[in-house]
Amino acid sequence: MGASSARRSLLRQALRIGLIFGIVGIYLSLVGMVETFHGRAVIAGAISLGQTMLLLTGLGTGFLVARRTPEPLRWLSIPYSAISGFLSGLVLFTLPFLGNFVDLRAMFVNASPTLFALLTFGKGLAGGLLLLPLAGAVLGMVSALALQVPRRFLRPIGVGVTTVLIVSLFQEQLQIMLVGPAVVEAIRRFLFQAEGLTVRGASTIFLVTALANALWGQYREGIRQQVTQLPSAGRKSLRAIALIGGLLLVLLLPLVAGSFFAQVLVFVGLYTLMGFGLNVDLGFAGLFDLGFVAFFAIGAYTTALLTSTGPLGIAHISFWSALPIVVLMSLLAGVMLGVPVLRIRGDYLAIATLGFGEIIRLLVLSDFLRPWLGGSQGILEIPKPRIFGLELATPQQIFYVTVAFCVVVAYIAWRLRDSRIGRAWIAIREDEDVAAAMGINLINAKLLAFGIGASFAGIAGAIFASMVSSVFPHSFNLFISINVLALLIVGGLGSLPGVVVGSLVLIGLPELLREFSEYRLLVYGAALVAMMLLRPEGLWPEPVRKRELHVEELEVTPAPEVMEEALAATKGHVEVEGS
Amino acid sequence: MIAIQRTWWQKLSFVDLFLWAFRIAVIVVVIWGTVGTLTAGKYQREHWIFFIVFGLAQGGIYALIALGYTMVYGILRMINFAHGEVFMSGAYTAYFAAAALNNSGYLNRHPFISFLTLLAVAMSVSTGVAVLLERIAYRPLRHAPRLVPLITAIGASFFLQYTFRGLYGTGFKAYPEFEVLKGDWIVFGVPVLRTQVLVLVASVLMMVGLYAFVMRTKIGTAMRAVSEDMDAAALMGVNVDRVIAITFAVGGAMAGAAGILYAMVFKQVHFFMGFVPGIKAFTSAVLGGIGNIPGAMLGGMFLGLIESVGPALILDGLGIVAPYQLKDVIAFTMLVMVLIFRPSGILGERLAVKKA
Repeated sequence: MGASSARRSLLRQALRIGLIFGIVGIYLSLVGMVETFHGRAVIAGAISLGQTMLLLTGLGTGFLVARRTPEPLRWLSIPYSAISGFLSGLVLFTLPFLGNFVDLRAMFVNASPTLFALLTFGKGLAGGLLLLPLAGAVLGMVSALALQVPRRFLRPIGVGVTTVLIVSLFQEQLQIMLVGPAVVEAIRRFLFQAEGLTVRGASTIFLVTALANALWGQYREGIRQQVTQLPSAGRKSLRAIALIGGLLLVLLLPLVAGSFFAQVLVFVGLYTLMGFGLNVDLGFAGLFDLGFVAFFAIGAYTTALLTSTGPLGIAHISFWSALPIVVLMSLLAGVMLGVPVLRIRGDYLAIATLGFGEIIRLLVLSDFLRPWLGGSQGILEIPKPRIFGLELATPQQIFYVTVAFCVVVAYIAWRLRDSRIGRAWIAIREDEDVAAAMGINLINAKLLAFGIGASFAGIAGAIFASMVSSVFPHSFNLFISINVLALLIVGGLGSLPGVVVGSLVLIGLPELLREFSEYRLLVYGAALVAMMLLRPEGLWPEPVRKRELHVEELEVTPAPEVMEEALAATKGHVEVEGS
Repeated sequence: MIAIQRTWWQKLSFVDLFLWAFRIAVIVVVIWGTVGTLTAGKYQREHWIFFIVFGLAQGGIYALIALGYTMVYGILRMINFAHGEVFMSGAYTAYFAAAALNNSGYLNRHPFISFLTLLAVAMSVSTGVAVLLERIAYRPLRHAPRLVPLITAIGASFFLQYTFRGLYGTGFKAYPEFEVLKGDWIVFGVPVLRTQVLVLVASVLMMVGLYAFVMRTKIGTAMRAVSEDMDAAALMGVNVDRVIAITFAVGGAMAGAAGILYAMVFKQVHFFMGFVPGIKAFTSAVLGGIGNIPGAMLGGMFLGLIESVGPALILDGLGIVAPYQLKDVIAFTMLVMVLIFRPSGILGERLAVKKA
C-alpha cells in the first residue's frame, strides 16, 4: 500500500470525523444543551459550560484524527485535524444559517436567536461563517499538536483540566461545604465567585493537580515497589488503615457537606442495598429479575402498615420491631414470586419478573385495594426510627442507619458468596443443567437466592418508608428496577464493591447534578450506552468476569513489529534460496 | 438395578402443586367473574361491540409495534427496549407535518394524501432512528453477553426519549383531527368510530404487506435465514449486517406507522408516549411467540382485545371497583401466565427448543 493511498484514506477519515462532530455540535445545540449550559460558568466571566462543550467537540476532531494517523504520517495529523475541525465548524454553521431563513423554532424549541448569536460569536452570519470553521480548525490543530507532546507532560495537563471541570460542575456543593471558620471562608472566596470558579481559583486548582499528578507519575513506581516489598502483615495493616480511613471519610462526609449531600448519600445507600439484593439474584445466581422494585415496595408498604400512626396502620409498632417482620415478609414474597418462575430462564425470566413488578405496583395503585393500602394517596404518618428515645430525623442520622445496614448486608453478601450456597449459585449461573447434574438442588438454591435478594430490598424499602414518612405507589415504578440493574452492570456484575461504585455513579452523581436535571436522563442514557460499548465489564469488575469479556484481547497475537521482522526474515530467506 | 417405582403423585414436586393451584385459581377467578358479569346484565350488546372494536383497533397498534420487537428478537435474540422510542420518534416528528398541513388547510381538503404524507414522514423518521440505533448502539455488541445489549437498549431508550424532549419540548402536542374521521360509520348495523375502522384497516394492510415482504421477497428470505442460523446464512453468502439493518428498518417503519395510527386514536403525542405501548407491544410479541411474525400480529390483537373486554367481563363480576384501572394487571398477568405455562407463546414453536 502506497503512502498516497494511506494519506487519502486518512483524509477521508478526517472528513468523516469532521462531519460527525459537526452533526454532534448541531445536536447539542438543538437539544438545548449549549444554550442552557451557557448560563452556567465554568470559570466566571471567562468561559461557560456551553462553550466548553463546543470546545470539547472541536478538540475531539483533532484527537480522533491524530489517534487514527499511522506513525509514519505522524505530522500529517496536524493539517488533517485542522481540515477536520474546519469541516465540523462549517457543518455547525449550517444551523444558524438555516435558522436565519427558516423558522426552525416551529419545530425545534431550542432554535432561538440567542443560540444562533452564541454560535456565531455574536458577529452575525458573516462573522459566524468566518469564525466558526476557523475556530474548529484551530481547535483540531491544537488537540492534534497536544497529542504530539510526550505523555509525561500531557497526562498532568489532562488531569489538571479535568479536575477544573469537575470542580466547576460541583461548585455548588463544594461552596456549601466550604462554609465555616474564617480560613475555610478565605479559601472559598479565593477559589469561587457566586456563579463559578474564579480565574485565579481555576488556575490554582489546575497547577496543583497537574503538579501532583506529575510528581505521582515520577514516584509512583518507587512507592508501589515499597508497598509490594512490605511483609504481608505490613501490607495487611496498610490495607486495614486504608479501609478504616475510607470508612471514616464516608462517615464524616455528610457532617461536613450538609444535609442535601447526606440526603443524596442516603439514596445511594438505599440503591446500594437493593443492588446487593439484585446482585445475589443476578450476579451470583444469574437470575434476571427486572421487577426488583416489587420487593422494595413490599418492604416499604409492610413497614408503613406496621408502624403508621395514621388510619391505615394496623399495628402501630416501632420501626425496629417492624424490621424483622419486614425482612421476613419480603423474603417470603421473594420465594412466592420465585416459585412460579423457577423454570423460566434468561430473558424470559426478566420479562416475567417485570410483569410481576408492574402487577404489584398497579394493584397497590388501584382503588380496589384502597381501603387497605390507600390507593394513590398512599399511607401517611409513618414514624421515624428511634434509638434510645432519640428520633432519627435528619438526613445525616438516616444516613448512618443506612450505612450500618449496608455494612451488615455487604458482610452477609460477602460471606454468602464464599459459602457452599454461594458456590452453588455461581454454578447455576454458569450452567443450570450441569449444576443440577452435580447434585445442586436447583429449586432450593434458586428460591434462596430470590428470597435473600428480596429481603435486602425489603430493608431498603423499610428505611425509605420511614425516611420519607409516607409511601405512594408512584415511588415504586419500573425505573427503580432499571436503575438497580444498570448500577449493577455499571459497577461490575457480581462484584460487591462494584455495587457501591455503581450506585455512587448512577444515583449519586445525577442527584448531585440536579441543576442539570433537564438533561440528566439524556446523559444517563448516553453514558449507559457508552459504558456498554467501551467497558462492558463495569467500573469495578470481578476479575473472572473481566477476563471473560475480553477473551479476544487475551489471545496471543504478535506485535506488528515482530510480524514484520518475521516476514522480512522469510523474504530474505526465500531470496537467498532463489539466488 | 432395581428400578425405583414412583407413582405419578410422588413425582409431583411442590413446584408442580403450586403451579397447578395457580392455574386452577386463575381459571376459577375468570369463570366466577364472567358468570358474575353476565348474570348481572350491566352491559348491553352495543357495549360489548364497542369494547371489541376498541380492543381490536388498540391491538392493531400493539401488533404493528410488536413486529419490530419480534423480528429483532428472532434474529439477534435481544430485547430492543428502545423500540417504544422508535415508535414515539415517528409520531412526534410527524406532528409538525400534520400541524403544517392543518394550518394550510390541505389536511381536510385532501385527507387521503395528507394521511399518506404523515404516514411517510413518521415511517421514514422511525426507520432512520431504528437504523441509526442499530448501527451505533447494537452492532458493536453483536457478540457480547446477553445482558450487555439489554443495558445498551435501556440506555438508548432514555437517550432517545430525552433527545426528543430536548428537541421538541416537554408538552403534549394535540394532533389535528381529520374532519372525515369524526363520528361513526355504521358497520353491520352497529355504529363504530371511524378512526378505529381506519386503524384496523390500516394495521391489517400493513401486516399483510409485511408478511408478504418476509415470505415472498429475496430479502425476506435472507431475514428468515439469518434468524434461523446467522453463521450458516453468512456462509451461504447472505450479508448479515445488511439484513440486520434492514430488519431494524422494517421494524422501525412498522412502528412509525403505528405511531400515526396511535395519534389518530388518542389525538396527542408526547415524548414519553412510547413507553407504555412499547411494553404492551413487547407483551404481545411474547404472547404470540417471540420471533414469530404472525404470532406478533395475533398476540397484539389478543392483548388489545383482552385489555378492553377483560376488565368489564372478568373483574366487574368480581365486584371490583373501577375495573379499568386494572386493565394493565390483566395484560401483565397474561404475560406472566404465558411465560410460565407456555413460554413459546401462542404460535411459537421454534424458540422453545433453543434455550431462551
